[in-house]
Amino acid sequence: MSDRQRVSAAKARSLVLRSTNEILLGVAALLFLFPVIFTITSSFKDNSEIFQSPPTFWGSGFRWQNYVEVFQNAPFLRYILNGIIQSAGGTIIVLVVSALAAYSFGILRWKGRDRTMLAYLATMMIPQEVLVIPMFLVMQKFGWISTWQALILPWAFGAFGTFLLRQFFATLPYELVEASRVDGCSNWRTFWRIILPLAKPSLAVLAVWTFITYWNSFLWPLIVVSDVRTLGNVPLGMQTFFGEHGASWNLILAASVISIAPTLIVLILLQKHLVKGIATVGLAGR
Amino acid sequence: MTVLVDKRASARPRKARRHSDGPAALGFLTPSAAGLTVFVLFPSVLAIATSLFHWPTYGEITFAGLDNYKTLFTGQSDFGAALLNTILFTVLIVPLNLVLTVSVAFWVATSRFRQLYRVLFFIPVVTPSVATAIIWKLLYQPDGVISWAAGLFGIQLPNLLGSSSTALGAVVVVILWNGFGYNMLIFSAAIDQLPEDVLAAAALDGAGPLRILFRMKLPLMTPAIFFASTVTLIQAFQIFNEPYVMTAGGPGTSTITVVMNVYQTAFQSGQLGEAAAPAMVLFVLILVVTLVQWTGQKKWVHYE
Repeated sequence: MSDRQRVSAAKARSLVLRSTNEILLGVAALLFLFPVIFTITSSFKDNSEIFQSPPTFWGSGFRWQNYVEVFQNAPFLRYILNGIIQSAGGTIIVLVVSALAAYSFGILRWKGRDRTMLAYLATMMIPQEVLVIPMFLVMQKFGWISTWQALILPWAFGAFGTFLLRQFFATLPYELVEASRVDGCSNWRTFWRIILPLAKPSLAVLAVWTFITYWNSFLWPLIVVSDVRTLGNVPLGMQTFFGEHGASWNLILAASVISIAPTLIVLILLQKHLVKGIATVGLAGR
Repeated sequence: MTVLVDKRASARPRKARRHSDGPAALGFLTPSAAGLTVFVLFPSVLAIATSLFHWPTYGEITFAGLDNYKTLFTGQSDFGAALLNTILFTVLIVPLNLVLTVSVAFWVATSRFRQLYRVLFFIPVVTPSVATAIIWKLLYQPDGVISWAAGLFGIQLPNLLGSSSTALGAVVVVILWNGFGYNMLIFSAAIDQLPEDVLAAAALDGAGPLRILFRMKLPLMTPAIFFASTVTLIQAFQIFNEPYVMTAGGPGTSTITVVMNVYQTAFQSGQLGEAAAPAMVLFVLILVVTLVQWTGQKKWVHYE
């Protein structure tokens, strides 16, 4: 074999290896996502076809009717709307409160700053499960059981958002603040006009992440909402629907697709922010 | 760049002494600190207090001393089973999750479509866990797809969620599936940051791929592994949604977790004090394990 032949043979071999690898990975990803894909295709089946043996991927027909029946039997639009109100409300509060605190921790200088930040971090160790019972008592005392504020406020003051934004703010040079002071800007103006615009990417990360956390919350709404049909979010609605229609798997699957769709759309639209955000938070562990 | 850094280093301490932002800092911090006090600190103290009382949802509150803690270990409560299951869940989930996500992160890094795969594997993370639990419950039915697929290979599966020997394992699979994309993403980011030139130099020096993986790549990724394992550990201790939806803790008490025990005692039996005790035990457990991990990190985590 000449050198050139040897090189091209090696190239061909590496091409074959690479393509095989891509194909195997593709198959693995499809298998991983099978539960989601199967849910979508099965949501258009007749109930009798779901446990058919051998199972079919597609049903015999395309039953849009399942979706119509879900919306007729349960107020899923209401659940979605409730979820949006709770998530948007929570996200706005988290963003405002965390950005203000992060300005204090990441930009300003004061005595005891780092120690206070450490205390903030320590509160992140307290799990939600420890807090649900006393939080329920606080809600009772406030007369807030089954209210919007009970769904939104209790989890809007965690230290996570402050920590995330502080990590970014701390990379900004203090000269920015000094320069704007020389220009006669108050701290408020510096925060609003200079820091926040620079922080847009990390604010976006925090916003998306907070929204999804609220959207998927289950344990707390389960505790604090007494009438699912008026205040329930999508997971709570889904759980109730499952309890009421345990045997109608076709409807349950259609409802599952309805409850998966909003976050899936958010993920597809904002994949860059989300993916980058998790990576940043993960690497912040350094 | 270096000029800027030098200027900052010399300018900072002098300026800081001349000027403190104390009052402004207080102003910016107030909303957050007030919220944290009302919704985190105060409830934390109240949690301890509640655990020391017989505290029904409606009715008379009486001091109980340590009674609520004692009953946890007398056998009348499900706490023993719940604690055992929670530890079992954690011991299974944390290592499996880490090994699988690190491996797949390396695998995905070999692909031209790595960005796409990161998003695809992330889908279950953003999906409401109630929905995924219900979907998997369908797959696990005795006449469902998984049984059928196992049958193709001549394997006769029991009712996976219905028998106490397999239910916990079946729930573990769902939780692994749910959280897979999160850690994989963290490891993918760490892999992206590996210093190509150093690794290439090592390969030129004759280091084999396995040696490079275990002696260089993985040690460089230990900060990410530390972060991911800490978060996964804390989450594993708090499992609730999946077993609650899929098995309601059953069959018997085979998949009941501490959080489920807390929820049931507090909000189904209406005994808030009795429920606060296991919550505190769980908190202490999480705290101890995290502290051990935190102090142990010096031994294996390499920060540059």
